[in-house]
Amino acid sequence: MNTGDEMTPVAINPAPPVVRRIEVTSSHAGADEFAARPDAVKLATDHVSITYGQKVAVRDVSMTVQDRSILALIGPSGSGKSTFLRCFNRMNDLIPGARVQGEVRLDDENVMETDVSVVELRRRVGMVFQRPNPFPMSIYENVAYGPRRRGQNDRRALDELVETSIRRAALWDEVKDDLRRKSGLALSGGQQQRLCIARVLATDPEVILMDEPASALDPVSTLRIEELMRELREAYTIVIVTHNMQQAARVSDITAFFTMADDRAGYLVEMGPTGQIFTRPNERLTEDYISGRFG
Amino acid sequence: MTAASRTDGPSGPKPGLKGTASRSSILADRAATVAMWGTGVLVLLILGAIIAHFAIAAWGVVSPSFLVSDPSETALGGILPVLWNSIYILVLTMLIAVPIGILGGIYMSEYAGENAITNVIRLAEESISSVPSIVVGLFGLILFVDDFHWGFSALGGSLALTFFNLPLMTRLAEQALRAVPQEERTASLALGATKWQTIRHVVLPLSIPGLITGIILTAGRVFGEAAVLLFTAGLGTPPHYDFTNFDLTNPASPWSPFRAATTLSVYIYKLNSEGLGAFKNQIIDGSAAILISIVLIFNLGARFLGRVLSRRLTST
Repeated sequence: MNTGDEMTPVAINPAPPVVRRIEVTSSHAGADEFAARPDAVKLATDHVSITYGQKVAVRDVSMTVQDRSILALIGPSGSGKSTFLRCFNRMNDLIPGARVQGEVRLDDENVMETDVSVVELRRRVGMVFQRPNPFPMSIYENVAYGPRRRGQNDRRALDELVETSIRRAALWDEVKDDLRRKSGLALSGGQQQRLCIARVLATDPEVILMDEPASALDPVSTLRIEELMRELREAYTIVIVTHNMQQAARVSDITAFFTMADDRAGYLVEMGPTGQIFTRPNERLTEDYISGRFG
Repeated sequence: MTAASRTDGPSGPKPGLKGTASRSSILADRAATVAMWGTGVLVLLILGAIIAHFAIAAWGVVSPSFLVSDPSETALGGILPVLWNSIYILVLTMLIAVPIGILGGIYMSEYAGENAITNVIRLAEESISSVPSIVVGLFGLILFVDDFHWGFSALGGSLALTFFNLPLMTRLAEQALRAVPQEERTASLALGATKWQTIRHVVLPLSIPGLITGIILTAGRVFGEAAVLLFTAGLGTPPHYDFTNFDLTNPASPWSPFRAATTLSVYIYKLNSEGLGAFKNQIIDGSAAILISIVLIFNLGARFLGRVLSRRLTST
């Protein structure tokens, strides 16, 4: 409503926004606020644009994601966050008419190359969806699904892998007694989502993409997923799309704010350490969104 | 319009809850209800009448010995050979039609997009299904009986039945596969499974209830079919079958696909049009009762199995 020209100070935003256009590609250099980590870049995009037929969904996004960090993608509906997320494991390939331009790199390898094995890419870059989607199989078979498809059929190895994965997903105590008897669908929503995370962990990924993983869950389950994400961050790089700004503030190290342009194409407004984005954003648009004035 | 009615609404007297709808709209509503209800009852009555007629007519005819004796054996005669032929041709046809139908369904559901080729395939499916079955029978006569010099044979009949029912089987398989939610495929692909692995390990298992239903519905149609078989599988009263003769090349063996094989429904047609025996009508009624019962069992079985399997596959 009140997005006029005058700079209205906002309560949750003590420092007046510094209007300074930052280079998005270098934004992770603001890592002084972000606990020092091995300086490896895990994921990078270079001028990525995604179109559906004539419609531009995402325009010219360049960014890098540090290894073992959590990046949150926030922004209003239709700003292309989920579409952008899917370029990291090439799930956009499955959408008829979708076209991705630019470079998407995993460990300095361009995943857009035609000779890249999407099967291997998706093993290394796992994905958790908005709605928990366990297969209508037993809990055990859900977790064993990925390894089995890669030819892992050794009973003992599978048993062990299933157990470690479920433990890591903080679900073990709740399901250990009926792994084989109970269907994944018989679990509660929050348990189902942790099962889906276990299912991804069993494929031994390096990156986990999460598309609004808690939006269908109750607050307690949401907190458990968030705790789990903080634990997983020790070993995995996580990119999460969320509409819940508290969630982004709670779990992520880096936040990227997307919005859409007048022609409705999504683009990246700014990206930086989460603390800074939520308290001293550089862009007026970010500030307005975070303070709830639009979106 | 709406603004006006909204403003003069509160000012006028409030219409009560009673008598707001016009008399004619209430009448139309009642009439529609009666018409729909009546149609439903009519369908039930027709089915009930058919079942009741043959149940009464077949009373005293159908007995265990009716099922397991030869037509010539007792005064009344039995239907063992034709019942055997019906089952034989059913199994043979399903062995051919089900795998091809499922493969076709997989292609149509998972691989083919919406394009000129699939449109032509769909048109062909619909066209074959609407060709009169007697014409399919004639085609089988020309192809298998004459051109291939097979004479009347169970195999020729089964192949002609496959021509006729493959489109239905393919369509039902396609529907069963399409009913699997897209998100199951997405979940599998996102875990690094290939497309074929996704079809094999997620889509096919989840579509089993629908596939079973499709198979049984097709089986019901195959079992009851007469016209296609008249010219392809033969129309004679079968001889006594020696079920211990497993020589598949011997046309006298009931196991051989290269023998004339009159089925139950063809037998009914034959008796009714040219039968002479004293018990002709009893045999027809008894046979018809058996035919209806089996087709009904197929249909009920399809519903039951589909429900049981989908419950077992998807829930606890």
